[in-house]
Amino acid sequence: MSLLEIRNLSVEFQTVAGNFRAVDGVDMDINETDLLSIVGESGSGKSVSMLALMGLLPWTANVTADKMEFAGLDLLTISSRARRKIIGKDISMIFQEPMSSLNPCFTVGFQIGESLKQHLGLDRKARKKRCIELLDLVGIPAAEERLKAFPHQLSGGMSQRVMIAMAIACNPKLLIADEPSTALDVTIQAQIIDLLVDLQNEKGMALVLITHDMGVVAETAKQVIVMYAGQQVEQQQVDALFATPRHPYTHALLNALPERSLHLDRLPTIEGVVPGAGDRPSGCLFSPRCEFAQDDCNEAVPAMVSTDGRGLRCFHPIENVGREL
Amino acid sequence: MTVAIEGRDLKRYYQVKGEGFFAKPATLKAVDGASFALESGETLAIVGESGCGKSTLARLATMIEKPTAGNIFISGRDPHANGGAEIPRLRQDIQIIFQNPYGSLNPRKKVGAILEEPVIINLKISAAERRQLAETMLAKVGLRPEHYDRYPHMFSGGQRQRIAIARALMLKPKVLIADEPVSALDISIQAQVLNILMDLQEEMDLALVFISHDLSVVRRIADQIMVMYLGKVVEQGDAKTIFENPCHPYTQALLGATPAVDPRLRRERVKLTGELPSPLNPPSGCAFHNRCRFAQPECSVNTPELQVKFERQVACHFVEVAAEA
Repeated sequence: MSLLEIRNLSVEFQTVAGNFRAVDGVDMDINETDLLSIVGESGSGKSVSMLALMGLLPWTANVTADKMEFAGLDLLTISSRARRKIIGKDISMIFQEPMSSLNPCFTVGFQIGESLKQHLGLDRKARKKRCIELLDLVGIPAAEERLKAFPHQLSGGMSQRVMIAMAIACNPKLLIADEPSTALDVTIQAQIIDLLVDLQNEKGMALVLITHDMGVVAETAKQVIVMYAGQQVEQQQVDALFATPRHPYTHALLNALPERSLHLDRLPTIEGVVPGAGDRPSGCLFSPRCEFAQDDCNEAVPAMVSTDGRGLRCFHPIENVGREL
Repeated sequence: MTVAIEGRDLKRYYQVKGEGFFAKPATLKAVDGASFALESGETLAIVGESGCGKSTLARLATMIEKPTAGNIFISGRDPHANGGAEIPRLRQDIQIIFQNPYGSLNPRKKVGAILEEPVIINLKISAAERRQLAETMLAKVGLRPEHYDRYPHMFSGGQRQRIAIARALMLKPKVLIADEPVSALDISIQAQVLNILMDLQEEMDLALVFISHDLSVVRRIADQIMVMYLGKVVEQGDAKTIFENPCHPYTQALLGATPAVDPRLRRERVKLTGELPSPLNPPSGCAFHNRCRFAQPECSVNTPELQVKFERQVACHFVEVAAEA
């Protein structure tokens, strides 16, 4: 049985201009020890779908799903009291901006200790011991002194390490990392990504890595979900995805990477922009920008067809354009 | 070919308050001896982590700040000679694009007014001619004439960055400084903006100074590269030579840390331990020695000078050892 099972998850926001569908029919299965990556451009719904899972969306959001189960618990009908017992303990999340996710008024030690107190009921002495252990684990030197540090005394990389320490404090079964390295320099980014993967192997937890950086995906993930305008468009194993992308969007996105077109004069681009609230096309959401679009693409929305871990939402997938790697 | 912009041993020091109330003021060496010469139509990329002095160098080049020592030459003229008499005229030759297009455009002005502002200040031409100029420039960056009367909030990030490019090119400058122009954009949009930048560079024979931390973009666009670390240039030379065989240990680490989609481009990941030291209190000798894998006792005593080795300039005592690895 999978750890997390999501069927047909949709999130709509009530706005002045009417309802806006940020996430549209997302399915997801995550097993223990999986490393799943969700990629997509801004506004593709990758963060919102995970926030919906965590129950962290504001009241203007309307979350609907056929099924949303985590370790046998139904997250759709769960009471907030019961949800609070899981969030931060069995599912935890790391956010993009480490500097603004930490509370500037409290020491690092206090903030890590909070979840230990809340979820595990450790006393002061045990909390301190565990905090030092955790900071050591995430590679912060002089851990005992750092417990008394305030967030402003830490660099961006250090703050992100503290966030990771906080997230893994209660040995979660599922860790969601939302663009964990985007705000950091490349050398620090490499350290943080390596740390996350090492921790995942060590602790045997499932890791969901949300990112827009194709390089990070290629080097770390096993399964990849590509999202576009709130919908999943493709799901594949990482090597297969980069070698033989089947959805035209994935194909175009990969071609737009500067490193893939060193031999060309111009970078291949995707014309147009991601559809917003007002200009959603009636058929396939990618059809106005798709170079392979045909008449039927404008009429109906293709369904997500999944077979053994591979999924695709397209009427005219690209066949056999395998590129040599 | 003419040299459009040249820097000779540029330095910029800031006096800052020391730590603590009675501490002596300290000197922060933001840029400590950078030299470069860039011909029309060429691109120089300045690479490095945050805090390495890239943006300060851009401020020196655009005459926003005056160098503490050293000289800058724009079209062969030194703007700071003769008490800065030539600065207003030389400003027309050099323009800048900033990183965040959401912050660099005035939200209360229409696109037309934004584009015409540099013309009003610097040239004496009629309103009709100005409008003509603005509309031609809008067309060049792939926007439509009707966008002239719109406000910046009506545009997406990629379109705003095009407006910023159009504004920078209104005066037909000889040099364009682009400070992280695509790092706030999604991949598919990034490719569009890079194409526009490269097309316009060719059309207007611009010398382009491209500041970036994204090496896959730099590899695509640069003719020359300058790698900086804590205010000092560590490696400088032809882009292709450096990408094929980086000699300085820091350049190697930077290239290794950049995640690559293509397994062929993947380099052995040289792990950098630790964080960027504080620029207020840089390590003695070679500033990189405490994170370097080839460091010897000598490195913490003597500061290496930039020397021509392996067809490029590199500042390292043990460059022969590092280049072998």
